[in-house]
Amino acid sequence: MRSIRAAAVGAVTMSLALAATACGGGSSSGGGSNDSPKTLTYWASNQGASIAIDKKVLQPELDKFEKQTGIKVKLEVVPWSDLLNRILTATTSGQGPDVLNIGNTWSASLQATGALLPWDAKNFDKIGGKDRFVDSALGSTGAEGKDPAAVPLYSMAYALYYNKEIFADAGISKPPATWAELIADGKKIKAKGKSPLGAEGANVSENIHHVFVFAKQHGADFFTADGKPDFTNPKIVDAVKQYVDLMAKDKVIPTGDAEYAQNQSVSDFAKGRQAMLLWQSAAANLKSQGMSEDKYGIAPVPVQSGTPGTGAQTNSMVAGINLAVFKNTDNLDGATKFVKFMTSDAEQKILNTAYSSIPPVKGAQSDAAFNSPSNAVLKQTLATSAAALPQVADESQFETAVGTAVKELFADAAAGRAVTTDSVKAKLEKAQQQMPMK
Amino acid sequence: MTTTTLKEPVRGSSTGAAAPEQRRRPGRIRRIGLPYLLLLPALLLELLVHLVPMVIGIVMSFKELTQFYIRDWGTAPWTGFGNYSVSVDFDAPVGKALLHSFFVTVGFTLLSVGLCWLIGTTAAIYMQDTFRGRGLLRALFLVPYALPVYAAVITWVFMFQHDNGLVNHVLHDQLHLTDKRSFWLIGDNSFWALLITHVWKGWPFAFLIVMAGLQNIPKELYEAAALDGAGMLQQIRRITLPSLRPVNQVLVLVLFLWTFNDFNTPYVLFGKAAPEAADLISVHIYQASFVTWNFGTGSAMSVLLLLFLLVVTGVYLVFTSRGRRTGDV
Amino acid sequence: MSDARVSKSPMAPPSSFLWSRRIFLTLLTGFVLIPVYVMVSSSLKPLADVTGKFRWLPSGLTIRPYIDIWSTVPLAKYFMNSLIVAVSATVCSVVVAVFAAYAVSRYNFRGKRVFTVTVLSTQMFPGILFLLPLFLLYVNIGNATGIALFGSRGGLILTYLTFSLPFSIWMLIGYFDSVPRDLDEAALVDGCGPLGALFRIVVPAAIPGIVAVAVYAFMTAWGEVLFASVMTNDTTRTLAVGLQGYSTLNDVYWNQIMAASLVVSVPVVAGFLLLQRYLVAGLTAGAVK
Repeated sequence: MRSIRAAAVGAVTMSLALAATACGGGSSSGGGSNDSPKTLTYWASNQGASIAIDKKVLQPELDKFEKQTGIKVKLEVVPWSDLLNRILTATTSGQGPDVLNIGNTWSASLQATGALLPWDAKNFDKIGGKDRFVDSALGSTGAEGKDPAAVPLYSMAYALYYNKEIFADAGISKPPATWAELIADGKKIKAKGKSPLGAEGANVSENIHHVFVFAKQHGADFFTADGKPDFTNPKIVDAVKQYVDLMAKDKVIPTGDAEYAQNQSVSDFAKGRQAMLLWQSAAANLKSQGMSEDKYGIAPVPVQSGTPGTGAQTNSMVAGINLAVFKNTDNLDGATKFVKFMTSDAEQKILNTAYSSIPPVKGAQSDAAFNSPSNAVLKQTLATSAAALPQVADESQFETAVGTAVKELFADAAAGRAVTTDSVKAKLEKAQQQMPMK
Repeated sequence: MTTTTLKEPVRGSSTGAAAPEQRRRPGRIRRIGLPYLLLLPALLLELLVHLVPMVIGIVMSFKELTQFYIRDWGTAPWTGFGNYSVSVDFDAPVGKALLHSFFVTVGFTLLSVGLCWLIGTTAAIYMQDTFRGRGLLRALFLVPYALPVYAAVITWVFMFQHDNGLVNHVLHDQLHLTDKRSFWLIGDNSFWALLITHVWKGWPFAFLIVMAGLQNIPKELYEAAALDGAGMLQQIRRITLPSLRPVNQVLVLVLFLWTFNDFNTPYVLFGKAAPEAADLISVHIYQASFVTWNFGTGSAMSVLLLLFLLVVTGVYLVFTSRGRRTGDV
Repeated sequence: MSDARVSKSPMAPPSSFLWSRRIFLTLLTGFVLIPVYVMVSSSLKPLADVTGKFRWLPSGLTIRPYIDIWSTVPLAKYFMNSLIVAVSATVCSVVVAVFAAYAVSRYNFRGKRVFTVTVLSTQMFPGILFLLPLFLLYVNIGNATGIALFGSRGGLILTYLTFSLPFSIWMLIGYFDSVPRDLDEAALVDGCGPLGALFRIVVPAAIPGIVAVAVYAFMTAWGEVLFASVMTNDTTRTLAVGLQGYSTLNDVYWNQIMAASLVVSVPVVAGFLLLQRYLVAGLTAGAVK
């Protein structure tokens, strides 16, 4: 024991001085510079069916950009499993890319770190002005009242995908527009031996996306106006319970889905085992799994009653990807030019077509390419009935805490344990207590 | 930063001073300087990769290192023992969750190390004598160890699926042992899924080490025991196991430390949000620091863990080393 | 397989022993083999089959996944990266550990216990906490000296070689202790320097132990996920992380994951088999001092 203590003391004294030097680390340099005007590093997120496909989509566009500006863009497609960690370490060390894709729900959290270039009026002017972008997409670029931390790049929305054949078999003539209809249809579908609806019960982010919409439909928000968590609000409890009840009580989501976290519900749908799927821009995915476009229909996500709209008629989150400039860039002008290029009407058309997403840029969105029936639903949803996830600095903690709570509730439901208002409230209370104290 | 790495030799200060003298007086001074010179690369590496980051980690644990400060964390405010008091406040949810996670990890580690050791040792003893196909089996048993962690664990994920997995197919569809399919990746069973996966990947290492240890036991011991009329089991109890003691001392300790700190298996198996029943402490700390962006609290938890493991290791070494020379541990 | 060196019990084992051995080894083989079988069979199925109900015998076989794995993910590049990183880390780790273990085994000097215990204590710190500080350190070293440690293979090699160092040193001390001191003292008398004695006498005598440590160091570097995910980029990404590329936002290519895992594991398992005889003989001496 003596030697262990000696070792500990030795190790600490040895390295304390060294640590002191290292502690000064982090990035002290403030804004960007233009020290290397000829190159840019770009971290793209994985949008296509594989990283290789992303490169195939993006590289020709980057070459085009190089031809126009003489700036060479070094592309790295970062898998989703690594993206946030990479951004965090880049933020901590100041050593990162010049331009990067971020999930739009991360905007406010990353904004709080101060690592991303704020898009004030001056910066927006350089890329053609803020009003080129669709409002709903802009709502997901950072906390309200602050300059956006990123600009919208791709937009997506949730829709209800349904298998036409199963619907016809079950004698359902039109897709459900309300949850009550969906549950009623579910019974008919079950009678035919198919499972009605899919869900990714163990996927924390998917859970958040859905309970957020349910909360909206119950007229509640997870955060108060001044940004405090309000998870135990009775309306929130009801909202979360309604979602979990789709499995627990209404039995339209099979219990097996409680453990899904790897898009198994999409496979189930593509293979014709499951009648409905709530998903964002699933077309390309379904196609890659061998389901042709005429096999399924696409409709707005159900609401409580009436038709989709704002407020309690919300039926989707604003999903999408934003493009941000890393503040420590050594090619600020080039980075801005690149953002301008990527958000130009022409590029927006090409990229969003390739990824079957909707352009958040007005000029591109009106293009005929985005007028197919399936895109029409998504466009309509984005324009009229989608809401941005809470733009608060603690969004990431919120996703983890509440998303995990819902995952556990699904696990309870799957195990046959009762999901009651009290049990939902208890889980949400625990989630709320895990949020950082202010 | 260059100064950091150069500072270390001060500890073995004779090294630097002795170097020029060595050529002139090859005798005593060389003998004093040489060991330090030989240790130098290892020391520098340990300093750079283990010790300095460890100290930075300890420093971090005293700071309020949330997303607001990570960009320039020199400016993060000091919180004293704030992060620690949050972590050990077992009445509040954060502390309670940590404590729960700690107990899960202790249970998991004890079971996993025990099973890995038991399976490994049993297999090694059974495979001590030659028999047909022994070489083939030995090769086969090494396969789990040779697979990349991700590949091994994702295969188990595949097998543990509720609807389409092999495990439920066998237990439910073929053997009809369960009324309905069980969940393995969520809920309470996830603990067993984690344990099985970990043991599958981990036991071959124990097997290797014990198998090697067995070969050093002199044949004469067995012969003498056999003459005394000792049966197979008695031979194992009286000769094999005592002879394996030194091997086991090292093996069990490293298995314990590695298992306790294992991150890869639960992370690949369950992703970022592990089920409560299988919430291992490494994933828990990962979640506390990387997913919720509070590196201060995460560091404090890690330091507490380090203290715990130091105590356990110390006690373990004191107990197992009794009567043994322990100059090297 | 060299079975000659294995000590054999003098008595013919009783039949109860033989039966229990048969049962135990059969069960164990099943436990080990089933996942391996799942990997092999799944890697030969089309994607649609893998996402369906499990069946022992595939309804149809295809080698498609084995072709697709190379284009879905730049597998060959990742494989090379892993190989470079793991081999370099192994070689360096072994060399460094041999020196350190020799010093501890053969010399008495101040701080010996402190050194061995400190090295041991590094095994107790959860890796997750090293991640950020180490990254910071590498970046700062890079800024100060221009040596790019993060994002490069060099940084990864440095990290992994240190990861395996403590256990390697520990084991090697044991192996070296078991090499009789008279041997290297005789060499010293013959006019070899201490290093001469190390390389001519001690290292050859401990070759099996060194092989064992090398295997361990290789596996440490080969499978590590967490540090590699943050410290590598497109061009330096290793297999352990790269395999995750088969699981994308839209799809999980189970069949390709399995195929790729098998393809990359075959060389490792083959290497294992080649080294096995050394390994088995080697680990002995070290642990039992």
